[in-house]
Amino acid sequence: MVLHIMADALFISVAILTIGSAIVALETRELVYGAIGLAISMMGIAGFFLLLDSPFVAMFQITVYVGAVAVLVIFTVMLVRTQALFSIKEDPRRKTAGIVLLLVFIGGIGAVVLASGLGNPAFTKFNKPAIDVATIGKQMVTYYAPVLVLLGLTLAASVIGALALARREDIEQKNERVD
Amino acid sequence: MNELIDFVTVAVVLFAIGIYGLVVKRNAIRMIFSIEIIANAANLNLIAFSRNLHNAQGQMFALFSIAIAAAEVAVGLGIIIIAYRLYKEIDVEEFRSMKG
Repeated sequence: MVLHIMADALFISVAILTIGSAIVALETRELVYGAIGLAISMMGIAGFFLLLDSPFVAMFQITVYVGAVAVLVIFTVMLVRTQALFSIKEDPRRKTAGIVLLLVFIGGIGAVVLASGLGNPAFTKFNKPAIDVATIGKQMVTYYAPVLVLLGLTLAASVIGALALARREDIEQKNERVD
Repeated sequence: MNELIDFVTVAVVLFAIGIYGLVVKRNAIRMIFSIEIIANAANLNLIAFSRNLHNAQGQMFALFSIAIAAAEVAVGLGIIIIAYRLYKEIDVEEFRSMKG
């Protein structure tokens, strides 16, 4: 019983951390703090993955999101002139409409989830054993091997595309003239 | 212990927050944040159902989805840097023309 309450307290604190920092990521005035809030939210999602007995996906999430995406976003925020980041104010009517839409989405999808019988005690409990990492490794190199190769090609293409997009032709031309 | 419905509830709330950000925010970087939040809500659902149904496919899908999201962020930020260079602004309402 004590363990039950402990697990629930852990779940609730991770949920508050994740949702709260997601709101911070969108609502804070300074974009750098928003990026840090997004990173903390991703850490919270990784915590959920740990609670769901999927440590491999949790580590992958931390590596990719906190290690790569958050750092990339923070660098972009620093590259973009800070003055451009502060001048943006949204329309209050639009914000009200957004909050109404948020509540409609929560109510609508929540009603669908509840009506689907997901809360049925026979189904909602985790009474099957967890999947171990060896299964994922085996699946990844056997059944999903072509997908893995395609994924590598996609990542390479996107990195090359991002580099090509961010290239500055004016500076290159100047350098050529100097040479 | 925790139940499936708890995780699905958190995923629904995160999804709604992401939709709110996409609708309200005009800052392109914040729209990327919203897209990431939505993608993470989807991943949370995949993992939760994978745990409940004892099926490894959900975890595999989540892994691939995380990797694709990383690629998407790289390209998206590249596009934002280009747009900033052209318009000196990252407000999406200023990006009126698609021509270079």
